[in-house]
Formats: sequence, structure tokens, C-alpha cells
Amino acid sequence: MALLKHETLPVKTSADIVMVRQMARTWAAELGFGLVDQTKLVTAASELARNTLDYGRGGTVRFEALNDGPRRGLRLIFEDQGPGIPDIELAMRDGYTTGSGLGLGLSGSRRLVNDFEISSRVGEGTRVAITRWK
Amino acid sequence: MDKIPILRMGAFLLVTIQVDMHDRLALTLQDDLTNRIVETGARGVLIDISTLQMVDSFIGRMLANIASMSRILDAQTVVVGMQPAVAITLVELGLSLHGVRTALNVERGMELLKAAITPNVDGSAHGAVEA
Amino acid sequence: MSRIGDVLKKHESDLLAEWLKAQMATGFRRDMIGESELQEQSREFLRLLQSATQSEDGDLHQTSSWAPMREMLKRLSRSRAKQGFTPSQTATFVFSFKEPLFNRLRQEHKNDGDGLFRDIWTASELLDKLGLVTTEEFQKGREEFIARQQQEMLELSTPVVKLWDGILALPLIGTLDSARTQVVMESLLQKIVETGSQVAIIDITGVPTVDTLVAQHLIKTVTAARLMGADCVISGIRPQIAQTIVHLGVQLGEVITKASLADAFAQALRGLGLSVGRPATLKV
Repeated sequence: MALLKHETLPVKTSADIVMVRQMARTWAAELGFGLVDQTKLVTAASELARNTLDYGRGGTVRFEALNDGPRRGLRLIFEDQGPGIPDIELAMRDGYTTGSGLGLGLSGSRRLVNDFEISSRVGEGTRVAITRWK
Repeated sequence: MDKIPILRMGAFLLVTIQVDMHDRLALTLQDDLTNRIVETGARGVLIDISTLQMVDSFIGRMLANIASMSRILDAQTVVVGMQPAVAITLVELGLSLHGVRTALNVERGMELLKAAITPNVDGSAHGAVEA
Repeated sequence: MSRIGDVLKKHESDLLAEWLKAQMATGFRRDMIGESELQEQSREFLRLLQSATQSEDGDLHQTSSWAPMREMLKRLSRSRAKQGFTPSQTATFVFSFKEPLFNRLRQEHKNDGDGLFRDIWTASELLDKLGLVTTEEFQKGREEFIARQQQEMLELSTPVVKLWDGILALPLIGTLDSARTQVVMESLLQKIVETGSQVAIIDITGVPTVDTLVAQHLIKTVTAARLMGADCVISGIRPQIAQTIVHLGVQLGEVITKASLADAFAQALRGLGLSVGRPATLKV
């Protein structure tokens, strides 16, 4: 698998969330994703960026344009050094909310992408990687 | 853009969301709308999202909140012009937008609003679609 | 010491002449390609070979010095494919260069058996790789063509029809797979927006079976249409499909179903406040 290009954005303010959405849209369009796929990716990015900001107390998102043989992909890796998620399985359940709004963010985002990886440690932070393939 | 403009059309208020809103802008819109409804005594709110390319859970909640708050203030809300890609994504996301009425375009939305505030003799309203 | 570069430079015109002769002898299709085009292509190949071997001999696929050659071969492969050549025939364009090159190499190396062997090995490896470039490109071309055809067939086989102002119907025929269903559904939603149609009827009379994934797509489509402000009804559900849906535990929820397209159409008309009547009974 080859990395075509990458870029990292800060996720520290709500204005940053808008930037993340816009970059996700641009890169997805460049990679040739159709409109529906683009929208799914941008929406998932928005959800996870908001999680990173609201729950993770700010972090970063790394964009990776990938090439895996015949197919192209876009991967977004959200990382924060926030409180971490104590029970990932619980958090991934539809309708779950901690009041600080993790809500649909995780479970919903997973349905919008092809690959979804999450790892988290209480007190250390969270890392979520989503990938959509064309 | 600092604020999203709210236009008045008779007994209705019309809001066209064209920009990629950041969270603060969305919250400001909620406040502004509720204030305007009270100021003008509006009976209906039409929110046009036909140029909105994405609706995430935050914006979805904003729309649902606006619908609830308006109802408390005796006004009906209709969201119009949702794009197919947005609708498909919302369904996948699992966002139901309960309590938010929708219509295909501004024209239909107006019809819905008029029917909602002046129902037919038998109590039914034509073309009403509640999400 | 490798003599390949020297040979290519010193004996350019002879190599070209011998190579062309070899190509035209072995089943040269005069009906598919003109002699001057063949000469031009061969000349270009030789020229690119010379300039690439001039610079560092790296791995064929990595170094940029081989990029012009690879590009030329890809173009050649595509154009030969269009002209009707088989991939083997196109690859032979490259392979047939071996004999004239090896002959010259043998002359150059005279008594140096080891040197000759090394050069022949290098040249053979190189030409094999170049020949394969044409074959791979041929493959790629075929795959792209098939993908395009599939897309066209997909679009043709599921047209959305307008039954009346504001009423669309999507008659699905044949077995549905997940991919096809998705494409079909997206185009239905798009048509709803374009025509501003209030009602969409998805008729599955012509669908023999439905699996969980397809059923879920249908339900999602109905939900999405509702979100957009239109009504979506599914009609023509066969008994077997009804059984499958129950058996699979798929929740239809609020999805409205009608036995036949006709029923769905009648209901849609009523919903829009329309009715169908004979001229005599209509008041003027």
C-alpha cells in the first residue's frame, strides 16, 4: 500500500472542524469519490472531529491519501490526549451518550466508512482511524 | 459570514442556510430564530437547506431543536430541499430528525406551512410529510 | 563491461532494419497497421531504449529514466488493442527485438563468453519486462472497458418512470445485488429532487428474491426519501419475498407497502387530491 500524500490539521476550535470538513471534501473529490461517498466521509469526519474537540479536549487529525493496488482510499486519523474512553464497546452502541455528547458520533461514523479502528486508554487519550475506499 | 439572515414573508420566516456552518453560527441561528418568532408573531418557519452539502448530528440536533422551540412558540417548522446524498448519509448515520417536517422545495414547504396553520374542515392537511 | 549501450548507438540503423524485417516476416498484419506507422514506432522504441540505457540502469519500474519508455509502450499497447491486435502480438513487438540485438552483441563480444552471457541476460531481462508492460496495459484497458460497460448496463436496466405529475415509479426487474440496489436507489432519490415528485413507487414485482442487504437498502431508500420530504412506497412484494423478510427478521417499520403497482398508483393519486373519471361524469 502506498501513501500518496498526507497532511495533519489541528482540531482545537470549532472553526477547525469546518476546516477538517472542507479538506475531507476536497481530498475525497480529488481521489474520485462519488458525491454520496464524499458526503459520508465528510460527515464522519465532522462527527469525529467534534468528538476530538468536545470529548478529547482537542487534538489533531492526519489525512492520508492511499493507493492499494487498483483502489484508492482516504484515511483520517483522529488523535487526542484527552480522558480516553473507559468502555469502548458501550460507547459504540447506538444512542449511547455521556452527556458530553459522544452520542451517535462513533457508531454512526463507523457505518459511514469501510474501515474503522479505535483505540483508547483512560487518562491517556483516544485514536480513531477511518478509511473509505474507492 | 457572521449571522445567517432571516427573512420575513408574511406570517412566515425564511432561513436559507448556504454556508458550511461552524457550531457557534448554528447556535446563534437557533437564538436568532426564536427571538424573531416572538418579535414577529410568526406562525411558520421555513429552513432551506438545498445548498447544504452535509448535515451531521450537530446540525441535525439544531434543526430538531428549532422545530421543538418553534412549536412551543406556536409556530410550525419545515425543512426543505434536503439533497439525496445528505439524506442517504443521515439514514446511515441513524439520525431520525423526529419532529422535523420536511418538504422537497420552498414551494411545497409553503403549502405545508399554510395547511398546517389553517387545517381543512376535516382536520387533515394535504401533502404533509413528517420525518 | 556491458556493451549494450555501445551496440545500440553504433549499429542503430542496422538494428532497426533487421528488427523491422523480423516484425514484418512473422505474421505482420498489413491490414491492421501501416508500414510507416510500424517504422515510426520501432524508431521511437530504439531511441527511448538508447536514452534510458545511457543513464543509470536502475530497476525498470523504479527509475524515472525508464518512464518515457514505459509511457510510450503503454500508449502503443492501447493503440494496438484498438487496432485489434492480441496482447501477444503486441508483446512480440518488443520480444522480436531480441534476435537482432543478440546477434550484434555476439559480434561485439567476440571471444568473451562471460561478457556475452552477462549482456544477453541483462538485455533479455530488460526486454521481457518491457514486453510485460504492454501486456499489463492491455489488461488494464480491458478492465476499464468492462467497468464502463457495467456502469452503462446498470443505468439502462433501471429507468425511473414518471407515472403522473408528482408520481414516479421504479420498476425493478431481475435479481438485485447490493451494488446495483445502491446505484438504483441513488438515482431514484436524485430523480425525486429533479422532478419535485411527491411520491415514488418502488415496484419489485419482477424481483424473484431479496436478501437482507437488499431489503435493508430498500428500507434505507424509503427512509431517505421521507427525510427529503417525499413519500416512498414499495409495491409488488411476492409471497416468497414476504416470507423471506419475516424469516430474516428484517424490520419494515414504517415502510408502506402495497400489493400492486396499480394500488400504489391509485393511492398516490388520492394523496395528491386527484381522481380518474370518465369524461361524461366530469363537470365542465
